[in-house]
Amino acid sequence: MNPEITDMKSTNNELSLHNDQKDKTLNRIFEVDDLNVYYDDFRAIRDITINVFANEITAFIGPSGCGKTTMLRSFNRMNDLIPSAKITGNLSYRGANLYDKKVDPVEVRRRIGMVFQKPNPFPKSIYDNVAYGPKIAGNVKKGKEMDNLVETSLKKAALWDEVKDRLKSSALGMSGGQQQRLCIARAIATNPDVVLMDEPCSALDPIATGKIEELMTQLKEEYTILIVTHNMQQAARVSDKTAFFSVEVEEESDSRTGILVEIGPTEKIFSNPEDIRTENYITGRFG
Amino acid sequence: MKLTTLNNGAEYARNRTAQDLHGSKFDYSGIIFRISLLIGLGLGILILGAVLWDVIGDGTGYLFNRGWDFITGNASSRASSYGIFEGLRGTFWIGVFVIVFSFPLGIGAAIYLEEYARDTRLTRFIELNIRNLAGVPSVVYGVLGLAIFVRALDGFYPNSIEKHLGSTTAAAGSTLAILVLPIVIITAAEAIRAVPQSLREGGFGVGATKWEVIRHHVLPYAAPGIFTGTLLSLARALGEAAPLILVGGVLGSLGPKSSLFEIEQLGERFTAMPLMITQLAKKPAFIGDWNSATAGAILVLLVVVIFANLVAILLRNHYEKKRS
Repeated sequence: MNPEITDMKSTNNELSLHNDQKDKTLNRIFEVDDLNVYYDDFRAIRDITINVFANEITAFIGPSGCGKTTMLRSFNRMNDLIPSAKITGNLSYRGANLYDKKVDPVEVRRRIGMVFQKPNPFPKSIYDNVAYGPKIAGNVKKGKEMDNLVETSLKKAALWDEVKDRLKSSALGMSGGQQQRLCIARAIATNPDVVLMDEPCSALDPIATGKIEELMTQLKEEYTILIVTHNMQQAARVSDKTAFFSVEVEEESDSRTGILVEIGPTEKIFSNPEDIRTENYITGRFG
Repeated sequence: MKLTTLNNGAEYARNRTAQDLHGSKFDYSGIIFRISLLIGLGLGILILGAVLWDVIGDGTGYLFNRGWDFITGNASSRASSYGIFEGLRGTFWIGVFVIVFSFPLGIGAAIYLEEYARDTRLTRFIELNIRNLAGVPSVVYGVLGLAIFVRALDGFYPNSIEKHLGSTTAAAGSTLAILVLPIVIITAAEAIRAVPQSLREGGFGVGATKWEVIRHHVLPYAAPGIFTGTLLSLARALGEAAPLILVGGVLGSLGPKSSLFEIEQLGERFTAMPLMITQLAKKPAFIGDWNSATAGAILVLLVVVIFANLVAILLRNHYEKKRS
């Protein structure tokens, strides 16, 4: 347990009370500065600089191989699971360096939850899926307290009404859309600060996608959300800020690197982008 | 198709399409392949059936006549009073050694190789060697057991009746535990490798530690595969005769009868079911009832091995049900 991060978390609670002050520097959840991620010698993303603000949905869009997912997985140190991954530059979470030697990735992931591209519920009951995170964190007692937490998490994920009569049945028996909402419930059950979503709707049909999008706009009241999406309409519909990533091919070595082209308010990115590459991409002339 | 009967182009086109869709080529190679597969399967079943038929035909009558005496009696010079207790006891303790030493060690090694070890040249070299070890003939393991457990650790068990000989039950159990260790590691590692990465990520994503991910998600998911593999390797250990001969198994009676669970016999000389069967089969078939006694002993060993397999299947089903 890192005391610094715990402090940050408590500041967050106070912060939400004074949200109307609109102090932008305090509202910064993530500050990314000149971030590079390498897999062995391959540079996946280069010199990324981004700020992410509290209670906003920030969408990452761009063609395949542009490093969106790599960027997203850097925010909760999921890239640590890949032995060859190496990171340079600075990524701070509420002012604390996430890649400091003293930082425990497990603590990071409790505060920065994640929803994956393919729904990946545990092969356990619906109840146990939601209860798993709080249970291993050890801060929620079994029984009534846990029951309540499971219920509120499932309600926040707009799944409660559909599953309240079969909490003990296997999560694998649910539809894809339900499974993905269960994964969202599982992620928010640990009471995170941020939720990362890696193309959460790419395996879902339009109706399930609509539900998840609606859910995201509700969840941003409480959480900061970062989402990677291939669906530009989705980014336009749900996000407050949009970051457009692209691939840069180096002529001599033919090596491909993900770069950030621009980031800004979603409206501006989609109506009046500053960079011609962004315009080409969103109008469908590229990628 | 008679073109003259067609009255318009549309009907012609339709008929033409229908005709094109009719397969004209007969898939000879496919049929031949299928037949050869069936022949292979049939041969296997036929041989197994013939062996079973022979053994059951020879052995059941004898088993019914002898009843429990055959199971609980000691080896004797007459077929009518022969008992396989000493062999069963040896086989039982070999099984205990395999379960106590090979299973935890092998599964632990597999977890280390799959979850912790970095993919370096050394790791790959070790993995390759484990695979090679699984293919080493069992006699070679017998030589290994003779050198290490019988000679080097001679007198290691203080209760040894014949201290100058290390050919004890413990030496036999250790040898066979080492024999199946590579198989346990390989099958457990395969089962762990088959666990989807997304499941691990789900665990890490909610803040589980590496050990929690392994304990709560990887191992339960891999359990059916691990149990199937390890228990099949147990069945293999129970059926081995060659290494036991080298380690110095007794091909006769051990003398005074001691009970199954007495731990002291780990330091005593041993025999086992496969050794007893070898010995019984060498007796002249035309004197007494040796032929039937051999078949009876084989039937008992088969039941033991089938029981191990049955447990494997039940455990697999249990854990498979749990993960869905």
